[in-house]
Amino acid sequence: MSLRTAARAFPTLVRIGFSEALAYRAELLIWVLSTTMPFIMMALWTAVARDAPVGRYGQEGFVGYFLATFVVRQLTGAWAAWQINFEVRQGTLAMRLLRPISPIWSYAAENLGAVPMRFLVGVPVAIISVLVVGPDAVPRQWWGWPLLALALLGGWLITFLANVAIGTMALYMESSQKLMDVWLVLFFVFSGYMYPVELLPPVMRSLVDWLPFRYQIGLGAEVMTNAHSLPTALKLLAGQWLWVLGMGALAVGLWRRGLRRFAAYGG
Amino acid sequence: MISVRGLRKHYKVHKRPPGLKAAFRSLFHRDYTTVKAVDGISFEIHPGERVGFLGPNGAGKTTTLKVLSGLLHPSEGEVTVDGHVPRHREAAFLKKIMLVMGQKQQLLWDLPPAETFELNRAIYDVPPEQYKQTLDELVTLLELEELIQKPTRQLSLGERMKCELAAALIHRPKVLFLDEPTIGLDVSMQATMRTFIKSYNERHGATLILTSHYMDDVAALCPRVIVIDKGLLSYDGGLEALVQRVRPEKRVVFRLDQPVEAERLTPLGRVVSHEPTTAVLQVPPEAVSATISRALANLPVTDLTVENAPLEEVMSELFSENKARRAAAAEVGA
Repeated sequence: MSLRTAARAFPTLVRIGFSEALAYRAELLIWVLSTTMPFIMMALWTAVARDAPVGRYGQEGFVGYFLATFVVRQLTGAWAAWQINFEVRQGTLAMRLLRPISPIWSYAAENLGAVPMRFLVGVPVAIISVLVVGPDAVPRQWWGWPLLALALLGGWLITFLANVAIGTMALYMESSQKLMDVWLVLFFVFSGYMYPVELLPPVMRSLVDWLPFRYQIGLGAEVMTNAHSLPTALKLLAGQWLWVLGMGALAVGLWRRGLRRFAAYGG
Repeated sequence: MISVRGLRKHYKVHKRPPGLKAAFRSLFHRDYTTVKAVDGISFEIHPGERVGFLGPNGAGKTTTLKVLSGLLHPSEGEVTVDGHVPRHREAAFLKKIMLVMGQKQQLLWDLPPAETFELNRAIYDVPPEQYKQTLDELVTLLELEELIQKPTRQLSLGERMKCELAAALIHRPKVLFLDEPTIGLDVSMQATMRTFIKSYNERHGATLILTSHYMDDVAALCPRVIVIDKGLLSYDGGLEALVQRVRPEKRVVFRLDQPVEAERLTPLGRVVSHEPTTAVLQVPPEAVSATISRALANLPVTDLTVENAPLEEVMSELFSENKARRAAAAEVGA
């Protein structure tokens, strides 16, 4: 596959992905509603912190953290695993494989195409967060903004590539849906989606640093809410991008080997 | 253009009887059987040829097309298409071919077909001028003007299939694999598709392989047919020659001025059908003139035509012959 062809076609692919996201606006709204877990967690943890802070998080700290988590989740979401699993089982992946561009690019563009719509949901929440929490709800230092952008991009890439790797497992097993369910359970426990990872016991915390989940959501939310100094943020970002590379290698490796097993069922 | 040598594609299939007990058993022990979808076929197709790829359901036609288009890796054998090995799926190869499957679509379901055309323009890197020219041509020939701005989901099956074909041809493929392109379409839409496919082949010199259960498609489009059955090649040659080999008898259709009794027809040949003022007789080719002379002398004939047996019957007879041959071979083997 030519990388140049992919690069040239990518803007059109993203534009078409955006048009599809607009066509599915009702579905998008429902998806947004299904990602309101941070609001529930916010209510829970602010109640816990009413009398005394939990770690370094007081009530305001939890509000800022969970609103940031919501925004980060909106901007780093991907659903390629369900798409790939479905298309492998139905044989419709065949239509993508006939094109001179890797289907991974198409899935990426379709998933990225929904980001502008999600941005429209995320920005008002970020503004509300600034109004409620104050300037600590967004990066205070200039360097915080590019680091946040990098953390968001890295978080999206890990989520998307993990989706590709898991979806691709449908080429090896009869369905990869349950594998995705397992991934999601681990994601909820270790990503910082339900509580800041620094509240975990020390043993669990060091484990979290070695797993990919924190880099999907937690790191973005932490950078957004000024939880780290520049050196710590850079160290964590390096860890995140190592996971991007690792997950990329895993996804592409599984994909290439898996295609040999593709049976193109139906029709 | 296309060369296939000893192509085999075997699948390992998990077999499980119905029922809860069998479901539990399959958790611990699975029985597999090997399905020989294609079992050693060879053929060559030259540039610009239109070839019908025929066979009963499960014969291996679609599997062969999927191997030729790079979707499936062959278990054995050598396949090249315009100098490319399909399973390598090089971009240069994929830009030259297209597989149109009547039962699968590439059109974006919730967007108008125009968006899929634009997507394919970008993916196939079609220069803007060529894109405009091709699109204008496709819109005119397939009468798509009214359709390409409507969401795909709101189009009828026939309208969708026309747009599907247009989307497949945006990059002007040199090799076109058509797998049941007219399935489910009404008679007039089938005719439109056939005319268009033939004119595309003639204008662009594209090589075309067609599978279809509608023999009218094959008769209208394919001077040459390749027949496979149970993964084995059973015929490769001209369509006319196949008809002559399997069913050489001719059919003489008589239109009569007034009804005649069946007894007056039987001495002339085998009566295939008899309605009050129409009779169809099947006669050996060497007896056609004599039969016509006798009929003109003895019956109130107003019009007559001489035809080959319908292609459906020819194919059905060929498949029955193959089945009988396999059964005989199995008996000898046992």
